[in-house]
Amino acid sequence: MSITQDRVTTVIGKRLLRREDPALLTGEAKFTNDLAIPGALHLALLRSPYAHARIKSVDVADAKAMPGVVAVYTGKDLHSTWAAPMPCAWPVTPDMKNPAHYPLALDKVCYVGDGVAAVVATSDAAARDALDAIDVVYEPLPAVTDLEEALNDKTVIHDALGTNKSYTWNLKVESSEGAVDAAFKNAAFSVKERYVQQRLLPMAMEPRAVAAVPQPFGGDITLYSATQVPHILKVMTAITCGIPEHQVRVVAPAVGGGFGSKLNVYAEELLCVALARKHGAPVRWVEERTENAQATIHGRGQIQHVELAADKDGRLTAVRIRLIGDMGAYLQLVTPGVPLLGAFLYAGVYDLPQAYDFSCTSVFTTMTPTDAYRGAGRPEATYAIEVAMDALARKMKIDPYELRKRNYIKREQYFDKDGKQVGYTAFHGLNYDSGDHLAAAEKAMKHADYQGVRKKQATQNVPGARKRLGIGMTSYFEMCGLAPSRVLASLNYGAGGWESATVRVLPTSKVQVVTGTSPHGQGHETSWAMIAAEKLGISPDDVDVLHSDTAIAPLGLDTYGSRSLAVGGVAIAGACDKVIDKARKIAAHQLECAAEDLDFANGVFSVKGSPDKAVPIAAIAFAAFTAHNLPDGVEPNLEAQYTHDPKNFSWPFGTHICVVEVETETGKVDVLKYVAVDDCGKQINPLIVEGQVHGGVVQGLAQALFEEAVYDKDGNLKTSNLAEYLVPAACDVPPITTDFTVTPSPTNELGVKGIGEAGTIGAAPTVMNAVIDALSGLGITALDMPASPQNVWKAINNARGGKK
Amino acid sequence: MQVTITVNGAKQTHDVEPRTLLVHYIREHAKLTGTNIGCDTSSCGACTVHLDGEAVKSCTIFAAQADGGSVTTIEGLAKNGEMHPMQKAFMENHGLQCGYCTPGMVMAAIGLLNENPNPSEDDVRVGLEGNLCRCTGYHNIVKSVLAAAKK
Repeated sequence: MSITQDRVTTVIGKRLLRREDPALLTGEAKFTNDLAIPGALHLALLRSPYAHARIKSVDVADAKAMPGVVAVYTGKDLHSTWAAPMPCAWPVTPDMKNPAHYPLALDKVCYVGDGVAAVVATSDAAARDALDAIDVVYEPLPAVTDLEEALNDKTVIHDALGTNKSYTWNLKVESSEGAVDAAFKNAAFSVKERYVQQRLLPMAMEPRAVAAVPQPFGGDITLYSATQVPHILKVMTAITCGIPEHQVRVVAPAVGGGFGSKLNVYAEELLCVALARKHGAPVRWVEERTENAQATIHGRGQIQHVELAADKDGRLTAVRIRLIGDMGAYLQLVTPGVPLLGAFLYAGVYDLPQAYDFSCTSVFTTMTPTDAYRGAGRPEATYAIEVAMDALARKMKIDPYELRKRNYIKREQYFDKDGKQVGYTAFHGLNYDSGDHLAAAEKAMKHADYQGVRKKQATQNVPGARKRLGIGMTSYFEMCGLAPSRVLASLNYGAGGWESATVRVLPTSKVQVVTGTSPHGQGHETSWAMIAAEKLGISPDDVDVLHSDTAIAPLGLDTYGSRSLAVGGVAIAGACDKVIDKARKIAAHQLECAAEDLDFANGVFSVKGSPDKAVPIAAIAFAAFTAHNLPDGVEPNLEAQYTHDPKNFSWPFGTHICVVEVETETGKVDVLKYVAVDDCGKQINPLIVEGQVHGGVVQGLAQALFEEAVYDKDGNLKTSNLAEYLVPAACDVPPITTDFTVTPSPTNELGVKGIGEAGTIGAAPTVMNAVIDALSGLGITALDMPASPQNVWKAINNARGGKK
Repeated sequence: MQVTITVNGAKQTHDVEPRTLLVHYIREHAKLTGTNIGCDTSSCGACTVHLDGEAVKSCTIFAAQADGGSVTTIEGLAKNGEMHPMQKAFMENHGLQCGYCTPGMVMAAIGLLNENPNPSEDDVRVGLEGNLCRCTGYHNIVKSVLAAAKK
């Protein structure tokens, strides 16, 4: 099909099936560990069995003598290899404490799973077998697994720092000094809550895998990795391994899910690169699931103190937040910044005056480092405000929806007096670009039959009822589309937030889109082709999308923070505009008219008022290629690169509602219905949007009901595999009712927002509000996640005075 | 030791270590990498294949146990360039995202329909409980399997 035939007029908004699927469905897709790499050596890591210990000695002699073993290295052996410690890109305060962190520990191990020695062997089995022959003498030290205890510095984890406290970061916004204190003093109602965001294991189904392939001469190296961030990884590999950046190429082959856990620079990536260079041979590594649980970052990990003040009608007058953030043993790529990503959202979708006092103190513990996990900071914030809103409603004895309605930022507040959508400038100065919270909530109410459930609840939840009905809601805002570079600068983040795209029309009029985003399940190839097809007036089948290889797509900042569409997709639209501008000049030259006299529609330039004088962009592409007759000053070929730096974050919002039944005898929670009404602005491909919501909701619901990284007091991770850590199966979760409102973002030309994290952000508080609602008649007003049968039963038993 | 296994219709003989799991045999000896490994506790089901017509987790079986048997992997489903109806149903219903659990999920789903050609939604949810997916929330996987059952 050529560009001129079979024109597609509207591609955006169609439920196109994914072009990614056939390869994934037939086993043809190649994940990192599927790559055939002749002559590759295999890396295995000996990991600390102690949460906290001094390394007295490491004897590798026996391991070196094992069959197939090529070399064994300790942290000290490799220390001179590193040009810099492992990177943390987000020093959130000038005085933030960040211990030097190397791929293998030197004198001390600080969590179970910390790398101690590396074996290089001719097979994976030989490398792993040799681990048992390494003799390490440890001097165990006390584990630090309690955040509040960590703060008292009784056991200091990093000797050189002298404290476990990494930083305190504040965001206090007051209309006048003392406004927050005054609001609490004068409050008609207030609540003071303590919530625990339990640690979670991201558990992408593909464990991490790495292969570093050196070129025989010249020093170039190609790093294949199951990563979300090939571009960031390339820069950081160059810096930490001391390799000129232009000699490093990073490729992310098919990547089996990330959820933030592959948004990092990991020890194994750096070790493979360093050892491949040392041995002049490819070195590869694949993670076992237990290693994944121990040595891939964890998510969440916060203690939240939440205080809301309200007037007599329940209108919020102040919010005060005190967080303790669990950094784990070291700071990984963006570990310290995660709580800050939520810092602006603890007032949710509510019209709060300038009376906001947020402070986060983050501490080191002897557990696996935490970092970004689906939503990163925003699920935590949303949970805090939304569960606290229910607490406030209970205190006021009003319906939680009624309380929310009194507080929603109103639709008209997003418009100026002339009806222009200018956004709502919140108390902290950020501009929420669009919102219609009541519309989304009303839609969700209808789907969930909120009033009907309330009525049924009144008859069902009688004293002695064995199954208690509960309904809970959440209205969320998500701050995503990371991110305007200037805002990142103000938060002291170490990079920008732009995204790059190149659009190239080939001589035969087929189109290549080169993107800096790096998909791992989101369907970018399908959606990005749709954007280019819409802009250029061609079929998406004529568009190929190239990504995830720094040699093909050299500029990019990768995929996380629901940024890919709102930043990367918009960059593609911008590159298309530049291509069209150039093509217009060539078309004008051919049609002998002024460029501004040309219309461009459905892939054809035509003279305004004389539609028969026309030339398709396909012909222009060939003309640009032959360059036989181009206007003066116009370069041959039809290609443009565009970098988009967003003016604002993107602000998806919505309301989720969950109906549960809780068995009082067993504590089991059954989710009867889950409704998600989301507003992610204009949708490129609704099929993919719905899929993102489904998956996100289940991940948030899993935090509420099932998942928790459990450590014992000695710092051992007790949930270190998929038999112990409860990733839900199909039978554990309900079908999801999805619906949408569409409030286009005025911030970008496509009107798009983001949807990858929204489900996770909305779900945990929604489910917990439903569970607590079911139990509130028993006097239960608080419950820690996960609401497992055991935890729920304990709460019920305690409420009954412990007698049973 | 030597094992002879028919893989996707072709009989193959390989020397393997006795400890070789069927999944490692498939990936490393038969050189078929569509069958994925997602855990070390036989919990995730990513490595599900058919052994003599029955869906099995290939990490729970030694290659030696499959000696003389017949294995079908995800690569063996498409015929004459046409995907299997289950593969098509997954595509048409957006039953996959990252695709890592997908080969095992598809093999398990075919096994489920072999045993129960007309399952209810609950049957599908319970029937797939040995296969974990982290992307889709299962909603569209269930939809895919029900759609395939109707074909």
